Amino acid sequence: MTPLIFSLLAFGISLGAGVLGALLGIGGGIIVVPALTLLLKVDIRYAIGASIVSVIATSSGAAAAYVRERLTNLRVGMFLELGTTAGALTGAYLAGVIGGRWLYLIFGSVLAYSSVMMFRKRDGAVSTAPRSPVADRLQLHGSFFDEAQHKRIDYRVARPGLGLGLMYVAGISSGLLGIGSGGLKVPAMDLAMGLPIKVSTATSNFMIGVTAAACAGVYFARGDIDPFIAAPVAAGVLLGATGGSRLLPRLKSSLVRSMFVIVLFWIALEMILRGLR
Amino acid sequence: MNRSAAASDDERARTVELLISRLLRIGVFTSFAVIVLGAVLSFVERSELLTSPDLLVQLINRPNPLRNVTDVLRSVARFEGRGIVMLGLLLLIATPVLRVFVSAFVFFYQRDRIFVLITSGVFALLMLSFLIGTAGG
Repeated sequence: MTPLIFSLLAFGISLGAGVLGALLGIGGGIIVVPALTLLLKVDIRYAIGASIVSVIATSSGAAAAYVRERLTNLRVGMFLELGTTAGALTGAYLAGVIGGRWLYLIFGSVLAYSSVMMFRKRDGAVSTAPRSPVADRLQLHGSFFDEAQHKRIDYRVARPGLGLGLMYVAGISSGLLGIGSGGLKVPAMDLAMGLPIKVSTATSNFMIGVTAAACAGVYFARGDIDPFIAAPVAAGVLLGATGGSRLLPRLKSSLVRSMFVIVLFWIALEMILRGLR
Repeated sequence: MNRSAAASDDERARTVELLISRLLRIGVFTSFAVIVLGAVLSFVERSELLTSPDLLVQLINRPNPLRNVTDVLRSVARFEGRGIVMLGLLLLIATPVLRVFVSAFVFFYQRDRIFVLITSGVFALLMLSFLIGTAGG
């Protein structure tokens, strides 16, 4: 394989990762890392460096559209970023203390549990969550126009405190493992805070860029972000995420949920296997 | 809350949304253009990149020597492809950080005190992570 062919392949794969990441509120690392290491034989260090870049590219590429269309709940996103960035800092600090093996097992099990819970919620059961004075005070509730149903959906936000705590945990996993942790953020908003699934993925998309940026400095200073590897990844993901963001408003919520559950289960399996190995 | 207050709340929210959306769009477009320019330049600089499989093995298995902002800018001044790519990647990383910074100011002008505190808190945590990251790495 010549460097030119490598770049074109990496670009093509990243294009797909960008589309999927934009729809599901995840960073695309689950596609970029295995593709780079297994298929293109890149050292895992630089694959993770490129994956951090891909998370930020997915986030900014997709959020530009989602924020304008109000799929992203800005206030919820900014409020929860307090938890994710504090968690990312804690995680980076803990990285030297806790072994990687147990981390993968723990987070893998959490993700597997979340995917089962999100699958069980597929009938779109009406949220019976309690009213939250904190959410009222912070004006977190929102609405968006669902193009798939041709109507405006109003929703209320529940349990902001629990959501913030879960985001702290998601942030810790980002800091420890160098991932965007969209796989933890979406279930937290969907299951605990009662947000519509499209709002959850769009808001997760908005936040993962900040979480990843909090980790990016370390990888850059270590020389893990390589221009030759990261350039086709960044360019592909940026294009893919921008294109994918045009798709989400038109997709049915049930389809988005099914896709998310399948991908989440796959990530969980991958993490648990990595922990057992 | 009366109706006109609700309407102005909605307008204020719209201002923030449009500003952030535009900021992200500019960040995405600029970094994409700079990264592609740098990548194309790299191929023009070294024609072996089009033909040599041995060169690929070297390229994907060594740490990047450009690992601080000064070195990246020096490389850009020499108009090197890889330096220009790194500049584009740094612009990409800076975009969400800038987004947090700008929203803190917007909330300040809108006198939304709680969200000024929240966004400044996030920004402070981000700065702290960069300080710790670049010192420890």
